[in-house]
Formats: sequence, C-alpha cells, structure tokens
Amino acid sequence: MRMRPLALFAGLYLLFLYAPIILLPLFAFNDGTVIAFPLQGFTTRWFIDLANTPDLREATGNSLIIACSVAVLATCLGLFAARAATRYTFPLKGGIMGFIMLPLVLPEVIVAISLLVTLSQLGLTTSIYTIILGHTLLCMPFAIAILQGSFSGLDQSLEEAAMDLGETRTGAFFAVILPLVVPGIIASLLICFIISLDEFIIAFFLSGNEPTLPVYLWGQLRFPARLPIVMALGTILVALSILLLVVANALRRYGLRRSGQDDSGGFL
Amino acid sequence: MGQGLTSEAKRGLTMVSPPLIFALLLLAAPLLTIILFSFWTQDFLTINRTFTVENYTEALTDPLYRTLLLRSLRIAGFVTLATVVLAFPIAYYISFHVRPERKALWIFLITIPFWTSYLIRIFLWRVILAFDGPVNGTLIELGVIDTPLPWILYNANAVVITLAHAFAPFAILPIFVSLEKIDRSLLEAARDLGENAVMTFLRVTLPLAMPGVLAAVLIVFIPTVGDYVTPRLVGGSGGTMIANMIYVQIFDLSNRPMGATLAVFAMLAVTITLAWAILHVRFWVHLNDRVGGGLAGLGLAGAAAAVDIGILWLILRNGDAWFGPAGTLGVMAAIMAGGAIAIAIFLPKGRWGL
Repeated sequence: MRMRPLALFAGLYLLFLYAPIILLPLFAFNDGTVIAFPLQGFTTRWFIDLANTPDLREATGNSLIIACSVAVLATCLGLFAARAATRYTFPLKGGIMGFIMLPLVLPEVIVAISLLVTLSQLGLTTSIYTIILGHTLLCMPFAIAILQGSFSGLDQSLEEAAMDLGETRTGAFFAVILPLVVPGIIASLLICFIISLDEFIIAFFLSGNEPTLPVYLWGQLRFPARLPIVMALGTILVALSILLLVVANALRRYGLRRSGQDDSGGFL
Repeated sequence: MGQGLTSEAKRGLTMVSPPLIFALLLLAAPLLTIILFSFWTQDFLTINRTFTVENYTEALTDPLYRTLLLRSLRIAGFVTLATVVLAFPIAYYISFHVRPERKALWIFLITIPFWTSYLIRIFLWRVILAFDGPVNGTLIELGVIDTPLPWILYNANAVVITLAHAFAPFAILPIFVSLEKIDRSLLEAARDLGENAVMTFLRVTLPLAMPGVLAAVLIVFIPTVGDYVTPRLVGGSGGTMIANMIYVQIFDLSNRPMGATLAVFAMLAVTITLAWAILHVRFWVHLNDRVGGGLAGLGLAGAAAAVDIGILWLILRNGDAWFGPAGTLGVMAAIMAGGAIAIAIFLPKGRWGL
C-alpha cells in the first residue's frame, strides 16, 4: 500500500495538467463578458459571433493552407531522414541527425529571428510561404521521431526478399516498405498539421500582413470585449486537436501492432 | 576508409541529403546570418556593414540587458527544477505502478494538453492565477488566506508556474523512457542483498534514471530561456525575459543587429551555463567517488560545489568594481567555460551518462 500517496499525486498532477483545458469550455459557454468566476449561465452566442467574424475566416484559411503544406513537406523530408537513420550507417551520422533534430530544442525565438533577418536580407517579403518554410523546419524533427518508430520495427529481410524476387531497390521500397509505414506517415501528417496550426512565434515573426489563427488570436487578446469569442475559438481548436490526436495515436498503435512492436506510448 | 565510402554509406548520405540541405539552408545559414548581423549596426533603416563589437559591449554593459539575461536564466533554472521534480514521481508511478497495458494510455493522457493551443493555455493560466481566479478563490474559501495572494500573477513566479505546466511532458517522457529501461531484476537483487526500499531507490533506480533526468533538464532548460509568450501574458514587468527584448529591438526599435546580438548572447549564455552545470556535476560526483562516497564524499562534493558557486556569486556581486561594467559577465563566462573545458579534458565521463 506504499503506492497510495503516489497515486494521489498522479491524480493531482493530471488535474494541474488539465486545469486550463477544463476551464476553457466553461468560459466559452459562459453568458458573461468577463473571463472570471462566478459563471453567469449558459449561452452559445460567442460561437455565433465567431461565425460572423470575417477576419477570422481569412486567418483560418491561411492557417489551413500553411498547416496542410507543412504536414506534407515535413513528412516527406522526415521520410528521407528517418529511412536513412534506421536503414543505413554513414559517416557523421550522429552529427547530421543531431543537427536536423536541433529545432526540437532550440528556442523558437532564435529560429524566428534568424529566419526573419535572413529573408529580409535576401529581399524577400514575409508571407504564408515563409511561414510554411519555418514551420516545416520546426515540424521535421517530430515527423522524423514518429517515422523512425515505424521504420525501426521493420524486418529488413522483407526488403531483401522483394529484391531477391526481382524488384529493384526503389521498387522494393514502394512495394513493400512504404505500405508498412503508412500508419506512421498518417500519424506524422496529423501531428505536423497540429503543430503548425498551433505554432505562434514563427508565424508571429514571419506573418507580415497575412495572420494565422494564433496570430489573429494574439491580436484579440488585447481587447477584453473579444475574450469570450477567443475562448469559443480556443474550445474549437482544442476539440479539433484532441480529435486529431486520438486518430493519430490510434493509427500509430495500429501500425506498431501490425509490425509486431510493443507500444511504448507517446509521440516523442 | 581512404578512397572511400562504401555503397551503403553513399546510399545513406544520398537518402539523408534532402532534409540535411533543407536544414542547412533554413537553420545553419540563418544562424550564421544573425551571428554576422550581430557585428553590424543599424542607423534607422540602413545597415552599416562595418565590423564592430559595439553591440556586444552594449549588451555586456547595459544593466537592463544583463538583468533580463540573468532573469531568463534564473527563471529557466527554476522552471527546470520544478518541472523535473514534479515529473519524476509521475514517470515513476507510470513506469512502476501502472499496469503494463495501461501505460500507453497514461502517457497519451499526459501528452494531450501539450498539443492543444499554446496561447490559450497560457492565457488561461492568467485567469487561473488572477486576483479573483479559482486558486485565490479556493484558498480563501478554505480559510487558508484572507486576501488574494499578490505574488502569483504578473511576476516571475507566474512565469515559472505557467512554464512548468507547458513543459511537463517534455520532462516526463525522457524520465519515463529511462525508468522503463531499468532491468527489474536489479531491484530484486538489491533487496535480496539486504537494502531497504529507500536505499534501493537511491542507489539503483535513481542513478539508472539519471540519463533521462539529464535529457529532461536539457529539453526543458534550453527552450524556456527563450520563451516569449509566457512572460508577455503572465509576467508583468517583473517577469519580462530576454526574448521580449529581442522582439522590442527588432520590431519596435528597428535595431536588427542589436536583436541579433541579444539572440547570440542568449544562445552563448545557455550553452555556457549548461556546460558549466553538467561538467561541474561530473566533477563533484568524481570527488565524492574519490573518497569512497558516504558522508565524507557528500561533504567534499558539497564543499566543492559551494566554492564553485561562491566564486561566481562573488564576481556577480562585486565584478563591476573589479573588472569594469563590461567585465563581470565576461569574466564569469571565462571561468565557467574554462572550468567546464578543463573538466571535459581531464575527467573521463563518469556515472549517470554525465
């Protein structure tokens, strides 16, 4: 019975982790203009107001274009890196992989300002394209981490068997390897989509006059009257993220089970 | 090797080249650009490309920059400490007390909040910690306090609490992974040989989990030093950090070279601080082992740590009188980096993967 206090601590810790997410819908459906307790009663008018905000539509459009492009680009680049890291040994492998994974730990402000300064030095204006490039850099390590999990479970003899049966190396990759990592690829696409949709700093520095959803949201935080709408928007975003996460996680576990691995849990 | 790469190495390098080239173009080149920029100056809109260390002199001398940098490091240090100390029991609970088939679910539960809107989460901490927020409300209701706590919002404490929340999964996951790798029979062996539960934990589990703790420290400390949103939303004026100043330099003052300098400055400070901390822990552990551990070892290691930290503290306090205003941070950096390099050269990698 020594584990009792630990279980209690775990429960409290989960409460701490989930506190903001539990409060969010409370305020989104709260019939009051101030984000504070006590709650004033139930309303859905903030969601209706949300639908009637034209700026928001533009920001949502930008965010979706960026997030979709980033998901595809980062996953494609991640496929190369993950395949190289799991299948081959090559000189400086540790250094090269470490460098590619660096954006995972580098403060985002540093990445953002170095990209901003470089782009303006090259005479390029900031736009959704520059955000796509920045987000791809940021998402690539996450894509690689997920895809490495899928690739590392593969039996190399499958590929050898395909080549013995007359496939070329490329043919074997597309006919045998790729189908086996499809769940990992979809999980990577979803995670990169979520990260890009939610990323603020790089978008803030590089957005110019084309705001993404978080940049729009940041602008609204300054106006107290707009806060309930922000809460409504946040609720939708959080619900969407959780939905996508559950799908991504289910796919990842399905992929792992199919290649006979244990699920260690988590995407990182 | 000589002439050559094996065909496997060639294929591997070809395979890794698209992401590598992308990272070189979008990460390495921009980082080199801001280093270059930090040696230039800007007069209104024109960039003056004459090489100068003026920005660095200003960054080292101006008390505002120094305060912000030291505060960023201090806040990141507290965040790291809080995050790792809170994360360890959770990782331990999941690894040792949760049934194997439920572990993946627990890890998933812990990572979910991390993937949901960063801005909104931090904004809600402002609501939670507010004067009339649920924390103060509950404490008053319970009779713990009479008036709302003044120290939990719009200052450095609020930044620490909020960041400790934001980075929780980053600390839990690496610690969990290293705990999962521990061979459970080692723990049984320790118990069979007469150790009690506490000593087994201290002498077997904790040392084996240290690589995960170290990874957690790195992955929490580095990004938090450069956090922008949290200090802006919950920090007030007493919680402003270096990233906020970088933003002000670039967008409000149109001084990109100074912004670049502060970014390089922050990166250098993070690198030196971490190198100092990690390598000095190696040194202290080595001293402890040298005298055979136990109380004597702890005493010796503690004394060495006190001397190391004391010297830095003295310089920070009195450095301006001794070395001039620009000298203090420079001398500290030299001592920290010098000590770290000396330890790296003369002491072999010891326990804990340090």
